[in-house]
Amino acid sequence: MQLIFERSKKGRKLSLFPACDVPAFELDAPKRADAPKLPEISENELDRHYTELAKHAQGLNDGFYPLGSCTMKHNPKINEQAAALDGFTQVHPLQAEAEVQGSLEVIKRATDTLCEITGMDNMTLQPAAGAHGEFTGLLLIKAYHEARGDKKRTKIIVPDSAHGTNPASAAMAGYDVVSVESNEDGCVDLDKLRAVVGEDTAGLMLTNPNTVGIFDKNILEITNIIHEAGGLCYYDGANLNAVMGYVRPGDMGFDVIHLNLHKTFSTPHGGGGPGSGPCGCKEFLAPYLPGMTVVENNGVYSFTKAEHSIGDMKAFYGNFLVIVRALTYLLTVGKEGIPAASRNAVLNANYMKAKLEDIYPMAYDTTCMHEFVMSLEGMKHDIDVSALDVAKALLDRGIHPPTMYFPLIVHEALMVEPTETECKETLDHAIDAFRSTYEDAKANPERMHMMPMETPVKRLDEVRAARTPVVKFSFED
Amino acid sequence: MGSYIPNTEAEQLQMLKEAGFESFEDMLSVIPAEVKLGRELNIPEGKSELEVSREMKKIAAKNKIYDTVFRGAGAYKHYVPAIVNTIANKEEFLTAYTPYQAEISQGILQSIFEYQTMICELTGMDVANASVYDGATAAAEACAMCQERKRHTVYVSETVNPYTLSVIKTYCFGSNVDVKVVPACKCCGRTNTEKLAEMLDSESACFVVQHPNYYGILEDIETIEKTVHEAGAKLVMSCNPVTLGTLKTPAEYGADVAVGDGQPFGLGLAFGGPYLGYMATTSKMMRKIPGRIVGETVDTQGERGFVLTLQAREQHIRREKASSNICSNQALCALTASVYLAAVGPDGLKEVADQCVAKAHYLASKLTEAGLSLKYDKPFFNEFVTECKCADAVIDACAKEGILAGLKLSDTEILWCATELNTACEIEKVAAIVKEVC
Repeated sequence: MQLIFERSKKGRKLSLFPACDVPAFELDAPKRADAPKLPEISENELDRHYTELAKHAQGLNDGFYPLGSCTMKHNPKINEQAAALDGFTQVHPLQAEAEVQGSLEVIKRATDTLCEITGMDNMTLQPAAGAHGEFTGLLLIKAYHEARGDKKRTKIIVPDSAHGTNPASAAMAGYDVVSVESNEDGCVDLDKLRAVVGEDTAGLMLTNPNTVGIFDKNILEITNIIHEAGGLCYYDGANLNAVMGYVRPGDMGFDVIHLNLHKTFSTPHGGGGPGSGPCGCKEFLAPYLPGMTVVENNGVYSFTKAEHSIGDMKAFYGNFLVIVRALTYLLTVGKEGIPAASRNAVLNANYMKAKLEDIYPMAYDTTCMHEFVMSLEGMKHDIDVSALDVAKALLDRGIHPPTMYFPLIVHEALMVEPTETECKETLDHAIDAFRSTYEDAKANPERMHMMPMETPVKRLDEVRAARTPVVKFSFED
Repeated sequence: MGSYIPNTEAEQLQMLKEAGFESFEDMLSVIPAEVKLGRELNIPEGKSELEVSREMKKIAAKNKIYDTVFRGAGAYKHYVPAIVNTIANKEEFLTAYTPYQAEISQGILQSIFEYQTMICELTGMDVANASVYDGATAAAEACAMCQERKRHTVYVSETVNPYTLSVIKTYCFGSNVDVKVVPACKCCGRTNTEKLAEMLDSESACFVVQHPNYYGILEDIETIEKTVHEAGAKLVMSCNPVTLGTLKTPAEYGADVAVGDGQPFGLGLAFGGPYLGYMATTSKMMRKIPGRIVGETVDTQGERGFVLTLQAREQHIRREKASSNICSNQALCALTASVYLAAVGPDGLKEVADQCVAKAHYLASKLTEAGLSLKYDKPFFNEFVTECKCADAVIDACAKEGILAGLKLSDTEILWCATELNTACEIEKVAAIVKEVC
C-alpha cells in the first residue's frame, strides 16, 4: 500500500475555506522556516486512501474477535447514534452548568448505574482508559494513607498473573511492587499472601475472576488479610463482564475499582482508543476523588469538587462521548440485561472450552468464567509448534487470534474470550477452525512456522523494526 | 428489554448441556454463595432501541448549543471538513482493537505511522508516539520522561492551562516529584524569565511552557530555551498544533519534548473529550517516550510492513519498570487528526492559522472600540484577555443573543478566542452587544 505521502502531489487540495473576511494581520513572532510536509491530495484520493487502509484493518464487523481480557463484544449502533447527537458533540466543556444539564445528567446517571453494578459509593469518570483508572485508584489509596499520617505503607501487592498495567500503575503512584506467586489453580496463594503483607502494605491489586479466567473462591479471605494489615483492596475491572449482576466488587471487600467502558460496557476500541476507565470507591475514599463529580438536587445537576481531591487526571471530565455510549448501553440492557450478558459470556466461554479441551490442554482444569487459557506447552515441546504459530494460522481462517502469551504464568498461553454477543454458529465455526489448525499442525508442523499465507503481508520482522527504528516517513527523495 | 445476546433460550440450554452443566445456576456455582448479590440490581429495566433513542435525544436537547463561539481555553471550535467524520466513522477503524496482530492490521498500523510522521512534520521533532489521552496528560508524561538520576524537580510556568498544571501536579504526587510554579509577569502575561533563571538549579528536571500560553500570548521561548538548557534541564513545549502551521516549531526553538492537544484537528468540542494528546521528542530521547510507536519493517517476502515497535519501554514487557502505564490511547482521535491534516494540507493549515490570527485581532480591535481594554500588550495568537467592569454582564448579554462569549477568568477579565469559523459579521455583532453593556 502506498503511504499517503506517496500519493501526495504538489498543488492538489480540497477547497475548504472562504477568503478571509477581515483584514489580514501580520503577527510579530518567529515563523517556521519551511511549511510542514503534509499531504497534498484531492478528496477523492484521500477517500480511497483510507478506504484501502480500512480494508487492511480487522474490525469487530469483520469477524469473530476472541481476544482474551479485551472483551471484544458487539458495539451497538444506537450508541454511536447517541454519541453523534449535536447536543453532545457541540457543547463546550466550559459552558455554564445551567447550559449543559444534559451532559451533567449523562455523567450522573452513568455514575449512579455503575456504582450500583459495582457496589461502590462514588465514582470519577475522568480517567481516559483502564490503566488511567488504575493510576487514579492507587492515588486515592496513597492520599488516604497520607491523610492519616501513615507514611510507612510503601508497597502494593500484585499477583504474578496480573496485567502489566497493574505493576506499572503502582510504580507511577510511587509504590514498590511486591509480586505474589499464584498457586497451582492460578489463584492467590493465601500462605504466600500472608507472608508478604505487613505494615508496609498500602494495598493489593486484583481482578476476580482472575487473569486465567477463574473465580477466586477465597476472595473474602484475601481482602480480609489485606484489610487486617491496614491495606486497601483495589479491583481491576478488566474482567467484570463475567460477573455483572451476580457479584459486586464492593461486596467482595474491595475499596476502590476501575472499569473499562470500552470492554464491559460495549463502547468501541477505536484501534487502540479512546477508552474510558471510571474509578469507583467506597465512601471513605470519595473525599480524594479527582476532577468534578456531579450531584443532583431537585432535578438540577451541578458539579462538585471533592474536599481533599487529588487534583485532575486529565483535562475536563473524561472521554465524555465514550460515557454517552456506555450510558446508552446501560439504558438498553437494564437490570435484566446486565446479568444476562454476564451469564452468556460465561456460557459461551465454557461451551468453547468444552469443545476444545480434548486436544488443546487447558491451563487449569475447572469451570472457567468469561474466558479460558490454553497452554500449548506440550505442542511446543512435542512438535515445535508454538502459541504464536497457532495464532498466525488462525489468521488464515479469518479468525482474530486469541490473546497470546498472557498471562505470563502460563507457558505458550492462548487466552480465549468469546463474549456474550457471539452466536452459537460463530462459536462452532471457530471451534472447527481451532480443531483443523490442530490437525494441520500435527500433520505438517514445519509449515506452521510460515503461517499466515493468506494475509496482505506475511510475518513481519519485529527485531529489525526495533533495532533500526524507522518511525516516520523519510521525505529524502 | 434490549439485548445483544443472539442465542435463544433453547440454544442456551443446549449449550449449557453440551458444556456439562444442568443450568446457569449449576455453571455459576463456582461463585461462593456468600459473595453473591442475591437480588436484582437496583437500576431501571432495559428498554427498546426506539425508547433509548428518544431518551438520549431528550437528554442531549437539555444542552444549549451555540452557533457562534468565542470561547477556547483548551477546547476549540474549528471547521471540520466533511470527509473527516466519514472516514473516522468507518467500522473497521472504529471497532478494531489495538493492532497486536500486525498481519491483519496493516491499515491501522500504517495510519498511525502516517500520524507519527505528520506530528514530526508539525513539531519538527524526530519521533512521535501513537498518542496519549490529551494535551494535559501529554505534558505530565513529558515531565516523567525528563526525570534523571539527580534531576527530579519539575518547573511549570504559571501561564499554562490550569488543567495542564493540575494534571502535572497530580501525576507528580504519584511519583513523589516536586512541582514548582514559575510565576507570570503580571503586566505582560508571559513567564517571568528572570524568576525562571533564579529558580532553576542542579536538581531541575524540566520546565514546561505553553506557547501561545493560556492567555493566548506568545512566550519568549528563545530566552526560556537558553535559560533552561544553561541550567541543564529539559524544555517541554506545549503548543496548540494549529499554530504550528505558521509559527517557529518546538524543534527550531530547541525543545526536548513537544506536546499538546490535537483537538483542533477535526475533533469536536464534545464537552471535553475524547481529545488527543500528541507527544514528540528528539531521537536522543526516543527510548524514553511513553506509549505505542509504530515502526516500518519488512515481511518474510521483503514487502514493506508496519509493526508496534520499541515495546521494551512498555508496561506489558517491563511491568513496574515501564516508562509509563499507558495501554489504551486515543488511536481513533489520532486517525481523525491525520485525516484532517491530509484534507487541509500545508496550505490549508496555514490558512486556518492565518485566519485565526486575523479574526482574533479583528475581534480584539472591535471589542476595544466597544469599551473593553486589552489586559496585556504582548503579541497573541488567537486568544486574548480583556478587562471591563463586569464580565458577567458581557457574557450574559452575549448568551441572550446566542453567542458564547469568552471565558470569565475573574469578575473583570474575559479570555476570548476566535477561529476561522467566526465571521466578520459575528465579530461586529458581539462588539455591538458589548458596547451596549459597557
